[in-house]
Amino acid sequence: MTQINFANLGSAAATEQKRLAGYKAMLMVCTGTGCVSAKAFSLQDALKEEISKRDLDKDFLVVGTGCNGFCGQGPILVVQPEGVFYQRLKKTDMVRIVEEHLIGARPVEDLMHRDLSSNEPIHKMDDIPFFSKQKLIALRNKGLVDPENIDSYFARNGYTALKEALEKGSPKSVLDEVKTSALRGRGGGGFPAGVKWASCMAAVKKTGKEPVVVCNADEGDPGAFMDRSIIETDPHTVLEGMCLGAYAIGAKEGFIYIRKEYPLAVTRLEKAISQARDRGLLGDGIMGSDFSFDIVVHRGAGAFVCGESTALMASMEGRAGEPSPKYIHNVESGYKDRPTVLNNVETWANIPVIVDKGGKWFAAIGTGDVSKDPWGGSSGTKVFSLVGNINNTGLVEVPMGITMREIIFDVGGGIPDGREFKAVQTGGPSGGCLPASLLDEPVDFDTLTKAGSMMGSGGMIVMDDHTCMVDVAKYFMEFLKDESCGKCNPCREGTVTLYGILDRITSGKGVKGDIDELERISRVMEAGSLCQLGATACNPVLSTLRYFRDEYDAHIDEKRCPGKVCKDLITFTINDECNGCMVCAKRCPTNAISGEKKAKHTIDQKECIKCGICNDVCKYDAVNVE
Amino acid sequence: MDVAKIDTILKKYNGDSDFLIEILQDVQTEWRYLPVDLMRHLADELGVPLARVSHIATFYKAFSLEPRGEHEIQVCMGTACHVKGASRVLDAMSRELGIEEGQTTADKKYTLEAVRCVGACGVAPVVVIDDEYHGDLMPDASAKLISRHMKEGAR
Repeated sequence: MTQINFANLGSAAATEQKRLAGYKAMLMVCTGTGCVSAKAFSLQDALKEEISKRDLDKDFLVVGTGCNGFCGQGPILVVQPEGVFYQRLKKTDMVRIVEEHLIGARPVEDLMHRDLSSNEPIHKMDDIPFFSKQKLIALRNKGLVDPENIDSYFARNGYTALKEALEKGSPKSVLDEVKTSALRGRGGGGFPAGVKWASCMAAVKKTGKEPVVVCNADEGDPGAFMDRSIIETDPHTVLEGMCLGAYAIGAKEGFIYIRKEYPLAVTRLEKAISQARDRGLLGDGIMGSDFSFDIVVHRGAGAFVCGESTALMASMEGRAGEPSPKYIHNVESGYKDRPTVLNNVETWANIPVIVDKGGKWFAAIGTGDVSKDPWGGSSGTKVFSLVGNINNTGLVEVPMGITMREIIFDVGGGIPDGREFKAVQTGGPSGGCLPASLLDEPVDFDTLTKAGSMMGSGGMIVMDDHTCMVDVAKYFMEFLKDESCGKCNPCREGTVTLYGILDRITSGKGVKGDIDELERISRVMEAGSLCQLGATACNPVLSTLRYFRDEYDAHIDEKRCPGKVCKDLITFTINDECNGCMVCAKRCPTNAISGEKKAKHTIDQKECIKCGICNDVCKYDAVNVE
Repeated sequence: MDVAKIDTILKKYNGDSDFLIEILQDVQTEWRYLPVDLMRHLADELGVPLARVSHIATFYKAFSLEPRGEHEIQVCMGTACHVKGASRVLDAMSRELGIEEGQTTADKKYTLEAVRCVGACGVAPVVVIDDEYHGDLMPDASAKLISRHMKEGAR
């Protein structure tokens, strides 16, 4: 295995570029988790087989890439370099792609994405609205590199930023670029990375202890999978970012704390680390310099609170992940009481680009003026997982300052099934739900916080008019009461009590005064919780109360669920559209539906458990939910 | 207690108690639960109090003190799955298997769990059976998936 040094990194990249240029086309099969759930691996095998069968291996290369981002359309195949995009593929489609597109040079239009309004096929990936409004920095290599092959990262100029820094720069030059970029932490807090790194260095000077860098890949926010995708797609960008950070602050040791719920990401990460070690990009004397640094992976074991910095440090030491009071910050005394820089996956993924292109370039993207103060705005881009009731579900990277409306309606293609937009939830369980009146607000750290939500790690869950906002608040409180570590009283008792009240309201047993009680307990939790899990736990309740109070009132005063979700407040009946096809009767798990063939059916309300399956399977809109 | 198996696991992590959580994960995978005598053995070998081992065993969701089923069915309860009907999916699975969430079938074949976001939100609602992801799974389809799985397993 050739060791990479300053002199040969360029030629390693050129060799791989030349090898890839030797193919007539590269077939990039998305093998992110979303597409894998739609059998992408067997698709990849089938495609390879079709190509081999025709003896075309010399002309066409099949590459399994990480997440393409357009998860809702998986499995996905992109033919590069021309950029033709195919979606929702089946194994049987592979023959057609090989025969018609690769051999016959006639791209297969009926396997392409179609414009939502004109229904015309769109040939090129870049012309699909989902992709055209995005700006890629952290995800710059998505769909273009093989995450399991380090040479593929070299071919995209990977590790060049590290080489330049080690060869021609200095720790200070790296820190200066990161400071100038005003990059704020992508894990949710939005703390400027440059300021954090500088404080850590000051602590090293004061204590004389060796610092460490840590990557937080414990992406626990439900509805968010940015970090998972970055690691599954381009693990080396995270490793290079960490190397640069370690070089800047003088760390020799690094850790990545990743959820065990992400098995594919763990595998790819471990593979990437071992390849980087083999090529001299981790370990002693990186690229022949006198900088030594290595990374150890710790796997979480299923505890949301471990995303909290002090809990994460405890878990990394092999203990229960309970937070500690933050009188002393991690930058001074973190992992094993050593000065620690903790950034999340997306933050680290931005670092190589910032060092390569310069902090000023990065700071020019986004909102506000960050030239004097990193808190003056939000620079760069942000990756969001755009999911829920939206046409184009998937992962998007957009410049800070873009409006919610642009993300949801231009990139996301709006709400499916002719339904109305009701709310968008950002910031995970610490965030909130924002209504349609705020759609034209810019998306940045400060605007979202002011609106009663937060940026969080980037989950963006779109909800249509068939969503009950009280149920959403209850959902988050159920999550938080289970995930509260139980160490401090306000969070442990507060989450349980809030959940109890919300459960009562959604069961139609809400009473006058419940809303005041929700607000009163929320204030106590905000003021008295030990960590941010508890202090922000009330946000889903407070934000839904702020923007959707009428729904709470409907549940409490009228015993009615406007979103038609809360089981105790709805009934299912069959209307005159029913043509007696009997599908619902067959699928009803309690046999509550009766009726003759070709005659209108009826639901026995005593037997109905309100599972909603009849409504799901009915093709004639014959089920009323009231 | 298979000491050789435990030694292999301990060796993988150089007997370093910083990796206690990972060690217990490997034990959980191997035995499908954390037997008490095994936790005691690990505490001795690693030189840590048994209280620390049991604290971890009861703190993190990955661990179980009762044997889990041969197949683990995880219904994702992430936000995207929730708005797309995950709780109805869980109900359907529960009806099909005849057990409540968190329980294991009497024949020890299946354990049904509601889990936090598995990060496949783009294809919600999602169910994971033994690490295999199934996306866009509505309640009706999820019930069919389980009955098919049970039939195939019986063969």
